[in-house]
Amino acid sequence: MSKPHLELTNVQMAFDTPTGPFIALENVDLKIRKGEFVSLIGHSGCGKSTVLNIVAGLLQATRGGCVLDGHEVNTPGPERAVVFQNHSLMPWLTVYENVELAVQQVFRKTMSKAERRDWILHNLNLVNMGHALDKRPGEISGGMAQRVGIARALAMKPSVLLMDEPFGALDALTRAHLQDSLMEIQQNLNSTVIMITHDVDEAVLLSDRIVMMTNGPAATVGEELHIDLPRPRNRVTLADNPEYVHYRQAVLSFLYEKQSFPSKQSASADEPEAETEGQGTGQPTGTFSVHTAPSERTHAEEELAANA
Amino acid sequence: MTTLSQTDQTPAATHWLRALTEKLPRPNLADTGRQLLLPIIGILLFLGFWHLAAPQVQTSLGAFPGPGAVLEQSGQLWQEHSDQRERASQFITMQEQRNERILAENPVAEVKIRSYPGAPTFIDQVVTSLGTVLAGFVLATLIAVPLGIVIGLNRHFSAAVNPLIQIFKPVSPLAWLPLVTMVVSATYVSDDPLFEKSFVTSMITVTLCSLWPTLINTSVGVAAVNPDLLNVSKVLRLSFWTHVRKVVLPSSVPMIFTGLRVSLGIAWMVLIAAEMLAQSPGLGKFVWDEFQNGSSQSLSRIMVAVLAIGFIGFLLDRIMLLIQKKVAWNE
Repeated sequence: MSKPHLELTNVQMAFDTPTGPFIALENVDLKIRKGEFVSLIGHSGCGKSTVLNIVAGLLQATRGGCVLDGHEVNTPGPERAVVFQNHSLMPWLTVYENVELAVQQVFRKTMSKAERRDWILHNLNLVNMGHALDKRPGEISGGMAQRVGIARALAMKPSVLLMDEPFGALDALTRAHLQDSLMEIQQNLNSTVIMITHDVDEAVLLSDRIVMMTNGPAATVGEELHIDLPRPRNRVTLADNPEYVHYRQAVLSFLYEKQSFPSKQSASADEPEAETEGQGTGQPTGTFSVHTAPSERTHAEEELAANA
Repeated sequence: MTTLSQTDQTPAATHWLRALTEKLPRPNLADTGRQLLLPIIGILLFLGFWHLAAPQVQTSLGAFPGPGAVLEQSGQLWQEHSDQRERASQFITMQEQRNERILAENPVAEVKIRSYPGAPTFIDQVVTSLGTVLAGFVLATLIAVPLGIVIGLNRHFSAAVNPLIQIFKPVSPLAWLPLVTMVVSATYVSDDPLFEKSFVTSMITVTLCSLWPTLINTSVGVAAVNPDLLNVSKVLRLSFWTHVRKVVLPSSVPMIFTGLRVSLGIAWMVLIAAEMLAQSPGLGKFVWDEFQNGSSQSLSRIMVAVLAIGFIGFLLDRIMLLIQKKVAWNE
């Protein structure tokens, strides 16, 4: 493995709450190679989004840090473009203008006007949205809007692409199409991607590596699973592939056997970060128990580590 | 990729088709008729009630005017206005002719050009009032929108000024007026004033009373920008001004416009009261003068003014709505 492109070292994240600090993440270590596709998976409220936000620079780790290409990450920036769950396009701008806003900002000094226009169109064509340049986000479907969100992120030429449940709000068919698109684009551009997902199939199909997180509070990396399936991958032929089934099995067993019932270990009800339930596990994610005292939490953490 | 683009284009195509059929004119007279029928019935019932009830109310100036008397007076007021215009243009031509004569006899003579000295008519007063209300409203907007943006962006500043807003918001124009009058008389001193003092007084009173809804709505709209969009702005590292211009302002435009519409309504209401009290030219002064005049026609003439005030207020709101539809992205 070559020198890490992106490195998270010993990251701790604590949020201030009225009842004292809430430790969301503890000792998170992660090394990511250039061109690697990494999925973060875990139960709701386990701090996946927090990890992503720290890499994005939208949150500051209370301890430890994140280094990208030898530079410490302190602030958000276009080299770490984020695709949000709800596309986050400006509703008053057209599809073209939304991408233009990003391109204008990032390449104002390095590209001519014509070059910028070509680059915007190139990226929109890449996600097959070249036909709806003058549409507003409200006039296109959720799947199309998410494509534009991806085009906007790609147009920033990010050294790492961060995706926070990019397909979580889409129906299954649209999601499958977008996953195929993303796989193709990622393979062609060889971009580094960190994606949060609730979807086991999505994680196995797209990733080079799946990082499974333990339940919060004080969540950390539980297991890592390298997916050595050849690319390009085809969802239909892979469905019967014993290796694919095995990988899927491994993730499921982590999620539902080793890390099931997050409420047993501690209260996740007062988790300050709101995460939407993606794949409806049917399990209650939080009983409204009283917040555990710090000493108990360490105990819970040990228990958790032993479990993992 | 090919299958993918096809599936996404299908909803686009149906959407486009639907939009087209919606745009096609549907001559649905029955619908329009039904939409107009009830308002017309309402108005007719009101006029009937007014017509029957008015003679029952006896005042020292005779019976309260019914719709007929009011209609007659509105014609009368228009007639007075056109007569006045005619006299004014005669006055101007006579003055020009005289001046030409004087200049023909003696080219270096100084000629005096006077404006027509006649009293302002009802229509003149309406125009004056509109001018004052627009000036006051524009001034209020110029203060309220930038201030609202600052309040919305900065939580500390917001906490600091919020009590002040809450206290000054409910103050009536009548309370402000004496203070504004005194301050304007003391500070607005010039030999050749650009505006009349009475105009400045009314305008400032209108501004003070009408800026609050815009101020509050702007600050709320700015504070309520979707956090995801704020994150996009952060990831793009937009500068402060670009952030305000490209993200904050467009996002809060719908809220700002709702505030502007309320503000304009208040501005118009406040203006009439201010003009009445300050004796500054305008519709309020017209009402007050007619009241003081106390002729047998006064009540009908005041009633004409009341209806005119209502209609103009309604029109102003409609104009704001039209502007909102042009400007706001969600309309």
